[in-house]
Order: sequence, then structure tokens, then C-alpha cells
Amino acid sequence: MSEAVAQSGGRTWRKPPAIERPWLRYGLLVFTLIYLYFAVGSYDVNWARVAEGMERGWKFIKAFANPDFVSRRSDFIEGMTESIIMTVTSTVVGIMISIPVALGAASNLAPLPIYLFCRTIIAISRALHEIIVAILMVAIFGFGPLAGFITLSFATIGFLAKLLAEDIEAMDKSQAEAVKATGASWLQWINYAVQPQVMPRLIGLSMYRLDINFRESAVLGLVGAGGIGATLNTAFDRYEFDTAAAIIITIIAIVMILEYSSSIIRRWVQ
Amino acid sequence: MMSSNAATSDKPVWQHRTTGKQLAIWFAWLVFVAVFVACWMFISNRTEWYFVYDAPRIAADIWGRATPPRWPYLDKIWKPLWDTLNVATIGTALSLVFAVPIAFLAARNTTPSATLIRPIALLFIVTSRSINSLIWALLLVAIIGPGILAGTIAIALRSIGFVAKLLYEAIEEINLDQVEAITATGASRWQIMSYGIVPQIMPAFAGITVFRWDINIRESTVLGLVGAGGIGLQLQGSLNTLAWPQVSLILLVIFIAVVISEWISAMVRRAII
Repeated sequence: MSEAVAQSGGRTWRKPPAIERPWLRYGLLVFTLIYLYFAVGSYDVNWARVAEGMERGWKFIKAFANPDFVSRRSDFIEGMTESIIMTVTSTVVGIMISIPVALGAASNLAPLPIYLFCRTIIAISRALHEIIVAILMVAIFGFGPLAGFITLSFATIGFLAKLLAEDIEAMDKSQAEAVKATGASWLQWINYAVQPQVMPRLIGLSMYRLDINFRESAVLGLVGAGGIGATLNTAFDRYEFDTAAAIIITIIAIVMILEYSSSIIRRWVQ
Repeated sequence: MMSSNAATSDKPVWQHRTTGKQLAIWFAWLVFVAVFVACWMFISNRTEWYFVYDAPRIAADIWGRATPPRWPYLDKIWKPLWDTLNVATIGTALSLVFAVPIAFLAARNTTPSATLIRPIALLFIVTSRSINSLIWALLLVAIIGPGILAGTIAIALRSIGFVAKLLYEAIEEINLDQVEAITATGASRWQIMSYGIVPQIMPAFAGITVFRWDINIRESTVLGLVGAGGIGLQLQGSLNTLAWPQVSLILLVIFIAVVISEWISAMVRRAII
């Protein structure tokens, strides 16, 4: 910008473009246009069907004003309980497994073979979508909340261990060295030098993951892994939008409560 | 922490917490463990343990059936994969159109009205975020019929909340000196926005977009399970016919696609920041 000011002999100042190099700027633009042409062209939409659906969409929006909690009450309560229980157990177990994995995946703590092993676990867990893992778990362990519990625990490892390992890698070295200088054993070193530094982040991430796990647990039922998803799926299949609206409202309410309480806990910890 | 050793024996030993606090912490742990055990009993009651004992054998059996993947099936996967890519990309682009205005309405320093409009914008954000894209897809398939249009809109609806939340947090963290400097020149509200605020959030915006795009690739691979198009449809079909070699091939393709998209997104973010 200073350049523009220096040589402003008669010329007016112009906002510098977001991307400096012109070839990259125009190249990206051309690429985007070509991509959009082909991508939008690949959409094969049945507009008659969409128009027909508008009425149903309106019905669904109206259902939100008048949700039906009652007519599928037993399914509703059972599904929600199952979702919540899966969330709690899988978050706890996921955290317990994530901590050693995170220690192994921190390059400043672990030797190379352990580091690579733990990073591989994290990469696999992050690359596979929860639903895909759930399908495999249902195939192996049978229908029910156990499959959902294992799925969510596995997914928690990828998320929590990765972020925790990054936090451990960014820790203050001098504190770790000071504790080591006292002749602490490895466990004491982890407990007194590393743990206090990453604890606030661990608690924050755990609360966040609890929230994510609840949201995910709501869909695992679609593939038979327990939770409210099965009830929701049935409601949509039968076009019972008022029951579906009730379930969605409940999910939103629980997520809001979780988010609010996690923000309080995070403020309290930090 | 070992300073208690240095204290002479007639003085009280140094402790980290008072006895009452210590008891409270123990009690909290007790409640926590009790809740966990109760939850575990619930899951255990609903599990056919017979199947679980059998799990290693079944897993080995599935592995045996699924390997080697059926490579010729790749020919039938390219089109759904292209659809999946489009669902994720167009869906992300569509979400930006709505997310940007919502973010400006939700940020405390740019909202026109903190008492009326900000809570509405925040409600939009939390609604969009709370509902998984699969549920959005389920809903849209019921409303506008199966196909990638439903998938695209589902991805867009889910992404609005994510992008808007991160973006409004970025807007709230901008440097106010620059905004003040632009204001001092007598700029209008829109000029302040485009010269004072937008340049500051541009890197964050690009980073968030690419990050969400990468997540959306992963999400759009499974939307087909509820009929919203893409490679998930093929996966569903193969699972229903128990064609395990096809399933393993599709899972492999999804895995590679996700790893590549994550790599692209990481590269772009590194280039920006």
C-alpha cells in the first residue's frame, strides 16, 4: 500500500486485490467458471417433483409450530434415553483412550515408531465418517446401542487425540525441563509438567466433543446403531412431520443446553 | 509440590486442598462413576452378548469376503464420486451466500440491533448447527424427492451455522483501530464494512470455507444412504446385496478422497495464513 502512496502522481489509489499474482487470480476465476459449468450441468433435477414437494415443505414448517410429542411417546423417550446414554459413555471411554494416544502422537514426547502408530490411528478415525464406522460395527456386533457406543468412542479418539497432541506439542518447554531436573520419573513428569499445561484445553475439548457426540448419536439410528435416529427415520418415512418436528426441537434444545453449559465450564476452567 | 518434605514434623503438612474440598472432589468422582456404571448397564441390557462373543469370527468372515476389492467396479464409481464432489462444493458455495450476512448480523460489533436481530441470527446458527446433515438430507428427500439437489441443500443448510459461527467470532475479534481510521475519513456504513472490516476477516473467511469444504466432502460421501445422491447410494446398494468386495472398494475410494481433500484444505490454509 505504501508503494501506491509513494507514486500517486495523479493516479487514484485502488484497493489491492485479494490475490496478488495476476495469473493465479485469473486462473482461479477461469477454473471456477469451467467447474461451475460442468458441475451445475450434472444436476438432473425433476422440477415437477420439487414443486410438488413445496406443499409438503410448508406442512413441515407448520409442524414446527405444532410439534407432536405425544403420539409416539414411548419410542421418543426410549430413543432419546438411548442417545443420551450412548453420548455419555462413549465420550468418557473415548477420552480415556484418547489421552494415551495423544501422548503417543505428540512429537516432543514419543519416540518415532510410537508417534507414527498413534498418528495412523488418528488418521483412520478422522477419515471414516461415523455412519460408515457404524455400518461396519452393526455388521460385526449386531444391532443396538453397543455398536453406536463403539462408533462414537472411536470417532472421539480421532478428534480429541489430534487436538490434544497439538496442544502438548505447543506446551512450554521450560516447565517440563524444570520438573525433569528434579529427578521425576516419566509418570511424575507427565503428571506435574505436562498435565497442568494441557488440562484446561482437555476439559474444553471434552465438553465440545460431548456436544458433537450427542449430535452424531441422533443419526446413528439410521443404520441400526441405536438412538433417536431410528424413530426420526420412521417419522419421515410416514410423513409424520409433527413427530419429526418434536424430535428435532428436542435435539436443538439439548444441543443448546450442552453448548451453554460447556461455555460456562470453559470460562470456569480458564 | 514436594515442599511438604522440607517442613518440620510438628508443623501441619502442606496440602494442595482443604479436607472439605478433597471430600467434595471424591464425591463428584463417586457420582460420576455411578452414572457411568448405570449407563453401561443400560447398554449392556440391550446388547445380544452372544453376537458380541461371536464378533471376532464375524469380523474375520467379513474381511475374508471383502478382500480383494472388486476393481472393475471402479468404472461405476466415477460418476457418483463426481456427484459427491459437486454436492460438497456447490453446497459449500451455497452456504456462504447465507452464512456471510448472518455472520454480520450476529457479530456484536456489526449487528444493526443487538437486542432484536442478533438473537434471531444466533438462533439460525444454532438450529443449523444442531441438526446433522444426514437429518437435513432425510428431511429434504422427504420434501423435494431423492437426488443430489436434496444432498446439496442439506450440506448447505448444515454448513451455514458452522461458517457463520466461526466467521462472526472472527468479526468480533477484528482490530478496531483500522475501523476507526476509516470512520474518521467520513466513510459511510458500507464503506467502513468493505475497507475496514472485510480485509481483516478475509484470511479467516477463506480458511473457514476450505475447512468446511473438506468436512463436507466427508459428509457428502454418506448422504446417499438416505437417498440424497452420491457415492453413498452405491454403498447402500452394495451393502443391501451383501456385495462385500464392492463395499470394500467404495470404502477405499472414500478414504482416498477424504485424505486428498484434507491435504488440499491443509495446503490452502497454510498458504493463506
